[in-house]
Amino acid sequence: MKIKTQAVAGTLESSDAQVMILPNSSGLKITLDSSVYDQYGKHIIALAEQTAKTLQLEDATVKIVDKGALDCTIKARIETAFYRAIDQQSGLPWEVL
Amino acid sequence: MTVINRIRRSMIFLNTQRAALVKDAFVYKPDCVILDLEDAVAAGEKDSARIQLYQTLKNVDYQGVERWVRVNALDSDLINEDIRAAVAGGIDGIRLPKTETAAEIQAVAKKIEAAEKEFGKKVGSTMMMAAIESPLGIMNAYEIATADKSRMMGIALSAGDFTRTMHAKRTVAGTELFVARSQLLMAARAAGIMAFDTVYTDTDNEPGFKKELQLIKDMGFDGKSCINPKQIGVTHEVFNPTVQEIAHAEHILEAVQNSKDNGVGVLTVDGKMVDIAWVEGSQRTLKLAKAAGIYKGALV
Repeated sequence: MKIKTQAVAGTLESSDAQVMILPNSSGLKITLDSSVYDQYGKHIIALAEQTAKTLQLEDATVKIVDKGALDCTIKARIETAFYRAIDQQSGLPWEVL
Repeated sequence: MTVINRIRRSMIFLNTQRAALVKDAFVYKPDCVILDLEDAVAAGEKDSARIQLYQTLKNVDYQGVERWVRVNALDSDLINEDIRAAVAGGIDGIRLPKTETAAEIQAVAKKIEAAEKEFGKKVGSTMMMAAIESPLGIMNAYEIATADKSRMMGIALSAGDFTRTMHAKRTVAGTELFVARSQLLMAARAAGIMAFDTVYTDTDNEPGFKKELQLIKDMGFDGKSCINPKQIGVTHEVFNPTVQEIAHAEHILEAVQNSKDNGVGVLTVDGKMVDIAWVEGSQRTLKLAKAAGIYKGALV
């Protein structure tokens, strides 16, 4: 799914992550700035790729600033930013998130 | 469904918008958490909190702590998606704020049932409780408590909105809440469900908090809503039966059993006259003590 507008979710508080999703025209690109990049950078990027795949998110840049968030929070922030970007607030397919 | 046969001394509110609060609140060992989607969450973050709720329910092991969600009010345009997310995530129960009538409980029960069917959950597996926050809600407390006998676990007083709508002022003694507390408690007991008291907002005043806990425990409440982890231990300390209460309950149950065997109806235990009417309270004391892990005996 292609997005047309950019959206942000999450905060820069400890244990949280801030995720920005922007449209681009050349596939999925993920960037990560994390306080635990050396230990968990690959894992977080793989998690973001899997989440994007579940959301069928294509042609977008996903910028993640991680402040030590659990996987479920990173996933939640990506999903929130995505649904904001496509302007969908209800009828979410919870069973696949 | 385990509606009333578990201990619920403390129910702590957690702002689901904040990842740091929901990731490991079980470490404080509350009996229940209430993951809040309502007043604690900023208007522009309702969607974010709801998705955080779902992912927390699916991925964080709360280690036996019962998980409730406070959804947005029935007249909001948020409640349907709140319920879908909570039920899909496997929530234990849904707390409806600002409840004033039995019809509201029934309307929410229908939404829950629809979500249970949509996400393949057992119909009826999601409990409900009602927060009563207005004079009308208090007047209708019994009807609310009995509005859905299979789902309703309890009713709770919410004093902030109640005192506002009563044009009352919060006092240290709680005089302005006495009738509401009493009526809510009687409704819960008549309906056979649990009763929970309102939050204590002066979090640095432990003596005042303890005094209020003792008051509501003596009145008969089952537990208290909490807003700070440091309130949990104090709440359990006050609600747990004392060593003396446990011993007295044991003496009563043993003495009543012996007297029954000997054909005696009224007897004296620890210097006080008791009869069969004392048995239920003594059993409740020992069950509570056992659930709290401070009674290992075999009388219950």
